[in-house]
Amino acid sequence: MSSMITLKDYRGLPPAWCPGCGNFGILAAFKNAVIELGIEPHQLTIVSGIGQSGKFPHYIKCNTFNGLHGRTLPVATGIRLANHEMLVLAFAGDGDCYGEGGNHFMHAVRRNINVKLFVHDNQIYGLTKGQASPTSMEGVKTKNQPFGVLSEQLNPMALAVALDCSFVARGFSGDSGHLKELIKKAIDHRGFSLLDILQPCVTFNKTNTFEWYKQRVYHIETGHDPEDRVGAFKKALEWGDRIPVGVIYKNDRPILEERIPVIRGQSLVRQSFDMSRLSNTLKDFY
Amino acid sequence: MDYSIKIGGEAGQGIQTIGSTLARYFSRAGCHVFTHQDYESRVRGGHNFFQIRISERPVAASRDVIDILVALDSDSLLIHEQELSKDGRIIYDSSALKQKREKPRFLDIPFIDLAIEHGSSRIMANVVAIGAVLGMLGADPDILIKIIEQTFRKKGEEVIKGNISAARAGYDFADKNCAECGFSLKGSGADPYMLISGNEAVGLGAISSGCKFYAAYPMTPSTGIMNYIAARGKDYEIVVEQAEDEIAAINMALGASFAGVRAMTGTSGGGFALMTEGLSLASITETPIVIALAQRPGPATGLPTRTEQADLQFAIYTSHGEFPRVILAPGTPEQAFYLTNRAFDIAERFQIPVIIMTDQYLADSQWTFEGFDPDKVKYTDYRLRGDAFKNLSEYRRHAFTDTGITPLGVPGDARHLVVTDSDEHDEEGHLIEDAETRIKMVDKRLFRKMPLIQHEIAPPVLYGSDRPDIVLAGWGSTYGIMKEAVDALSGGRKTAMLHFSELYPFPLTDKFDYLEIMNNAKLSVCVENNATGQFARLVRTETGFDFALKINKYDGRPFKADSLLNELHDHIKGL
Repeated sequence: MSSMITLKDYRGLPPAWCPGCGNFGILAAFKNAVIELGIEPHQLTIVSGIGQSGKFPHYIKCNTFNGLHGRTLPVATGIRLANHEMLVLAFAGDGDCYGEGGNHFMHAVRRNINVKLFVHDNQIYGLTKGQASPTSMEGVKTKNQPFGVLSEQLNPMALAVALDCSFVARGFSGDSGHLKELIKKAIDHRGFSLLDILQPCVTFNKTNTFEWYKQRVYHIETGHDPEDRVGAFKKALEWGDRIPVGVIYKNDRPILEERIPVIRGQSLVRQSFDMSRLSNTLKDFY
Repeated sequence: MDYSIKIGGEAGQGIQTIGSTLARYFSRAGCHVFTHQDYESRVRGGHNFFQIRISERPVAASRDVIDILVALDSDSLLIHEQELSKDGRIIYDSSALKQKREKPRFLDIPFIDLAIEHGSSRIMANVVAIGAVLGMLGADPDILIKIIEQTFRKKGEEVIKGNISAARAGYDFADKNCAECGFSLKGSGADPYMLISGNEAVGLGAISSGCKFYAAYPMTPSTGIMNYIAARGKDYEIVVEQAEDEIAAINMALGASFAGVRAMTGTSGGGFALMTEGLSLASITETPIVIALAQRPGPATGLPTRTEQADLQFAIYTSHGEFPRVILAPGTPEQAFYLTNRAFDIAERFQIPVIIMTDQYLADSQWTFEGFDPDKVKYTDYRLRGDAFKNLSEYRRHAFTDTGITPLGVPGDARHLVVTDSDEHDEEGHLIEDAETRIKMVDKRLFRKMPLIQHEIAPPVLYGSDRPDIVLAGWGSTYGIMKEAVDALSGGRKTAMLHFSELYPFPLTDKFDYLEIMNNAKLSVCVENNATGQFARLVRTETGFDFALKINKYDGRPFKADSLLNELHDHIKGL
C-alpha cells in the first residue's frame, strides 16, 4: 500500500508564502517523509495555529484543524485522547508555540501526549510583519523593538530537555535530506516529540539569513548520545558560531494515552455509548 | 411540617458531612428536602453553614427562620440565634465552645464526650450531632444506621460499630433532654425520594448524553461537575482531563469533538472569560461543544464561593464575530439534568456551542424528586461515521446545504479528509479571502441555521394562575424562590410565575403567548440575583416589554422565600 503513495497524493493548494521562504524546504521534506513512511493523508491530522506556519496543512492533503494562535497543543491533545489511532501533528511558529502558547507547550511535554510538534522557527514574526519573537536574539532591532530585543533569547532545546521532553531535535529547512530524516524520527518516536526547525524569513529577518544558518549548523549524529540527559543539556546550550542540528535528546517515558485506563483497550471514538446503565446510576441518588 | 435545620461552624469542622447525611436521611424517610450551602473561600476556619428544609410537601427554597441550629462554633450562636423560630432550639457542646447558655432554647449536648465514651474517638462528634438532631425529631434511627453502614463500608466493622453507638448516644441524649421540644418528623409516607444537587445533575446529564470527554480547570462553583464526571469516568468510558488553564480546556474539548466524540467543559465567569476565543473558534469551525457556566459574583475574583446571576449578558454577547449560540439556564436539578441532555443534542445537531448557566446557589443546592425518567433522555448520534462516511462519493466539511448543517465526518473513518479552519474558509475548509464565499459562509452558519435553532427553543414555564394579576418573572436558579412566593400569595391574589430556562435565542411567542400574560397583569415583577436586571433588559431588547418592578439582590447571597415575600407585600398592598 505504502508504495502507492506519491507526491501527487499530498499536493495541496498553491502556497502563499514569499519566494525563498524557509517553509518551502519544510514542506518538501515533510511530504517526502510521510511518503517514505507510507502514511496516507486520511491517517493523519495536522493541527496548526496562526502565522505563516499555520497555513502549512492547506498546502498538503490531510485532516486539518487550523485553530487559534498558540492553541495547537490543547487541540492536538484533545484529538489524541479521543482517537489515539490517529497520527496527530502540531505545526506552530516560534511566536505561536513559545510565546502565545508557552504554557501549553510546558504541559504537553509533562503529559507526554503522543503528539509531534514541529515548530517553524524563523526567530521573527512574519505574518504581523517583523516583530521580535521569543527566539529572536538579544539586540536585534525591529520596528517594535527600536532599542533592540532586551529579553534573553528563549532556548527551546534546553527548555525541552529540562522538562524531560520525550524527543527533542532541531533541524534546518535548508538541509532538506537531513530534515526529512528528523521528521521521520520524530513521527516514529513514541512520545511527545519537539522538532524545532530553523528557517530563514527572507522578508523580515535580515540577521538570521539562509547564509547565517548555513555557516553555523552542523550535524550532531556522530559522538552524541541522545539518551544522556546531561550531555543533551550541554548540547542544547550550544548556540552562536556553531548550532547543532539532529536528535539532541530522547527518552522512553510512557505516553499519556496508555496510562488512561478508559482508553487502554480501544480509542474513545470507537467506544459506543450504552445508555442502559443509566437506570442503575440513578439509584446512587436514593 | 416545615422545619429548617442549620448546621453552622468553621470550614473543616464537618458541616457538609452532617448536612449531607441528614439530607440523605430525610429523603430516604420520604420527606421532601431542600438544602443550600453558604461557605467562605477558605479550607479551614471562617464561618460556613449548611441549611436543610424538610416538609411532607415539595420544598423549593430556604426559609429565613430556623427550627434547629447545630452550632459547632461560637459565631453560629452570634450570627444565627436571631434566626431561630419561636419554638426553635439550638444544640451545642459547651465544652467545645467554651461557653454555657442558660436560656431554655439552648440544649447543651456533650458531642465530644459522648463521641469518646461511646464511639471511641472524638472524630465521631459529628455523628453524635447527627444522632441528636434525629433524636429531637423523634425520627426512626434504623435509617441512619443503614446510612452509616453504607458510608463506612470500606472502613471495617470496628468503625461502623463506633459510629452507630456514637449516633445512638446523641439520639438518646437529645430524646431524653428535649422531650418538651415538640418536634415530630412526618414523612409523606412515600418511598424514598431522589436527592440531587445542581452540579450532580449537570454531571449526570452529561454522562447520560454520551459525553466522552470533559476538560476543565478547577473553579468554584463548577468543580463539582468535574468531580462527578471523573468519579463515573471509568464506568461510562469518559476521559476527564484537568487542563493547565481554561483556554486549554476549551481547546482540548474542541479537539476531542473534532475527532468524533461528545465533549464538554465547565467553569465559572473568570474561566469563561478566558474561553471566549475558543467559543468563537467552536462557531467558525462548526464544532459542537457544551459549556457549563456556573456563575459566582464578580467582577474579577469577586466573591468566589457565593452566588450571583450577573453573567447573562456576558454569556449572550461575549466573543468576537457574529454566530449562533444557545443558552440554557435550569431552575432546578431536574431541569439541569434534562437541559444538559438537550444541550448535547442541540450542540451536535446544529454544530454550535451550547452554554448551560447555573450559579453557586443551584450548583450546591440539593432537591428531592420522585425520580428522573431515563426514557426522556434523548441520544441521537448525528455524526458521520464508519461505512456511512466511507460510502459517500465525495465530502466537503463545510459544504453549503439548505439547512446550513453539513454532516460532521469523523476524521480517519473514511479516506475523505476533514478540514476546518479558524480563518474564514471555503466548503472544503481551506482558508479564503474572497467576499462572495465569506457572505455564503456567514449565511450558512448564521442565517440558515438560526430559524431551525430558534424553533427548538421552548417558551417559559407558567406556574400558578393562567390569568394572573401578579406575575413574577425570572430565569435560572430563582425558580424555587419564585415558586414558593407564588404559593404563598395565591391564597389572596391571582399570582403566577413565568420561568425562563431557555434564554437564547430568546423564545418566541408562537408556542405560548407569555407576553400577553405579562401585559395583562396588574403587576409584573422581574426577580434577579444581580444588580442591574440583566434579564429584564434582555426581555425589553427582545420584546419591548418593560417590567413594572425589578427586585434585585446582589449581596452574593441567594433570595430566601420569606424576605422576597416581605418585599413583594409592600408593592402588592397598593394594587
